[in-house]
Amino acid sequence: MSCNLRVKFNHMEFKNPIVAASGTFGFGEEYNEVYEVETLGGICSKGLTLNAKEGNSGIRLWETPMGILNSIGMENPGVKEFVRKELPKMKKYNTRIIANVGGATEEEYLTIIEELNDTDLDMIELNISCPNVKEGCMAFGIHEKSAANIVKQVKRICRHPLVVKLTPNAENIVKVAASCEAAGADGISLINTFKAMAVDIEKRKAVFENVYAGLSGPAIKPIALQMVHEVSKAVSIPVIGMGGIMNWKDAVEFIMAGAHLVQIGTVNFVNPEAGKEIVLGLQNYMEKEGIKSIDEIRGIV
Amino acid sequence: MAIIKSNERVGEGIFLLEIEGIFRGKPGQFYMLKVNDEYPLLSRPISIFEITEDTIKFLYQSSGEGTKILSRKSEGDAIYLRGPYGNGFPSVEGKIALVGGGMGAAPLYETGKQLLKKPAITTVDLFLGFSYELVLKDKWEKISSRFFYDIGGYVSNLVPVSNYDVIFSCGPDVMMKKMTEAGKANGVPVYVSIESRMACGIGACLTCTCHTKNGNRKVCKDGPVFLGEDIYEL
Ligand SMILES: Cc1cc2nc3c(=O)[nH]c(=O)nc-3n(C[C@H](O)[C@H](O)[C@H](O)COP(=O)(O)OP(=O)(O)OC[C@H]3O[C@@H](n4cnc5c(N)ncnc54)[C@H](O)[C@@H]3O)c2cc1C
Ligand SMILES: Cc1cc2nc3c(=O)[nH]c(=O)nc-3n(C[C@H](O)[C@H](O)[C@H](O)COP(=O)(O)O)c2cc1C
Ligand code: FES
Repeated sequence: MSCNLRVKFNHMEFKNPIVAASGTFGFGEEYNEVYEVETLGGICSKGLTLNAKEGNSGIRLWETPMGILNSIGMENPGVKEFVRKELPKMKKYNTRIIANVGGATEEEYLTIIEELNDTDLDMIELNISCPNVKEGCMAFGIHEKSAANIVKQVKRICRHPLVVKLTPNAENIVKVAASCEAAGADGISLINTFKAMAVDIEKRKAVFENVYAGLSGPAIKPIALQMVHEVSKAVSIPVIGMGGIMNWKDAVEFIMAGAHLVQIGTVNFVNPEAGKEIVLGLQNYMEKEGIKSIDEIRGIV
Repeated sequence: MAIIKSNERVGEGIFLLEIEGIFRGKPGQFYMLKVNDEYPLLSRPISIFEITEDTIKFLYQSSGEGTKILSRKSEGDAIYLRGPYGNGFPSVEGKIALVGGGMGAAPLYETGKQLLKKPAITTVDLFLGFSYELVLKDKWEKISSRFFYDIGGYVSNLVPVSNYDVIFSCGPDVMMKKMTEAGKANGVPVYVSIESRMACGIGACLTCTCHTKNGNRKVCKDGPVFLGEDIYEL
């Protein structure tokens, strides 16, 4: 029997539903030395800002029971350098390329979108959910009004399909998702990391210079799953689910909860070959269960 | 999966891990060791201590949770091993000093061993500083022209810097900074191997970023070895 891993995300086809999550996969180049990254359904770029960003100083990582806290602070080469240097390399992989866009102000978001308009990207993921920068970004994603406003402004000029990435720290993530849909979003992705912290009791100080950081990994999976479930029931645009996916079974859980695509983040650090293994695991599962298309299991829970 | 051949305690909280197999790597490079399937999630960066025809060895300190779990493993147990990663020490000529503090001694073993074999190298002097005890006493003399050590003091004070063409240093920041300063004063280049927390180990996540005079660099990929002057404000 031949099963079909292809997924339609609105009009765009993905060869399978497994996508590398922003910030955990660079621009794909390093992982392409581990396995052929075009095995994946798509790759999401590191979060891009208008100008190059140095990122946060101090410790950037702290391990927690079954999770990690990160405080990278959106270190990236800036959108122009991305378009000039990274995107042409990414486009050589035969897979969908998504640019993750973060900003401190509405103006910054809009300028980045303009810079990306004439490129051959497949999709933009509007990051209104990063907890690791002092200004903007996640601040846009907490309330439904500010989220809807930024989406509306971006949608007005954006020539690529626009997915909006939400924060689990939203006051009401279901309402934020619905307001993004109403503002014209083509899809929703969730969740970004949870705002979290750690204390160094010897130094009697917060571990991170920014005090707060972002929690990801298996520790957040049950909550992420619940949020994906609720949001995908509440909107009619497609949903990208993520948060703590460690293996193909977790991916199936998110799909059954309603996700069209899933993203894998922290697991890339735990096992650099995870992407390849999850695609293969999903395929074996579908063959064994006689599932011909992902559509048969999406949202059945 | 890699199978442990031995995991021997060689000092207070210090272990020598040996794994059978054919492994690649040059002096100053490191491997990522994952000690369990699940918890903890991330791998630990550990320098190559020695590579022989059929084994690789790591010298490590049991400090936090991951290395504690590792220290309880024994012959026949499996761990995950990925590498070699990083740039390693550059190729050099002339008279070389290797200066290590604490576990910073670890990468200097294979380094000394390799340097001694090179015709372009005339001297490899090894200086090690430990807080409490000298570990692997009888090993260090074999990989150096002369071996000096210090317990509980500042090993950097022992180094006659101007005698050397190049210095390689690994250990606490204060020590590497001191060596860099002394090198600068004497016109001797000092290469330092620095530490940073790591998640991916391959250059994708930007967890390990360090600030250098030439902008941000990734310790896991562009390093861990840098010119001391590029790292430290002197
Ligand atoms: C390139 C490189 C080479 C190294 N070589 C050696 C070696 O040969 N022998 C040796 O004993 N140690 C070495 N270290 C340090 C070693 O990686 C840490 O001691 C180890 O990661 C601590 O893990 P843990 O589980 O004991 O500590 P935990 O505190 O439980 O670790 C929590 C997290 O912080 C990270 N972390 C904690 N301390 C350090 C540190 N000093 N450097 C980097 N990450 C840290 C851990 O990797 C983990 O992700 C090296 C570090 C680097 C960067
Ligand atoms: C080190 C690191 C960097 C990240 N950087 C970004 C980023 O730049 N933009 C973004 O939208 N999300 C970023 N994220 C969040 C992930 O894309 C993902 O939403 C989150 O980690 C949850 O998934 P996971 O549990 O599978 O990692 C980052 C996560 C980590 C761990
Ligand atoms: S550890 Fe990920 S970039 Fe260095």
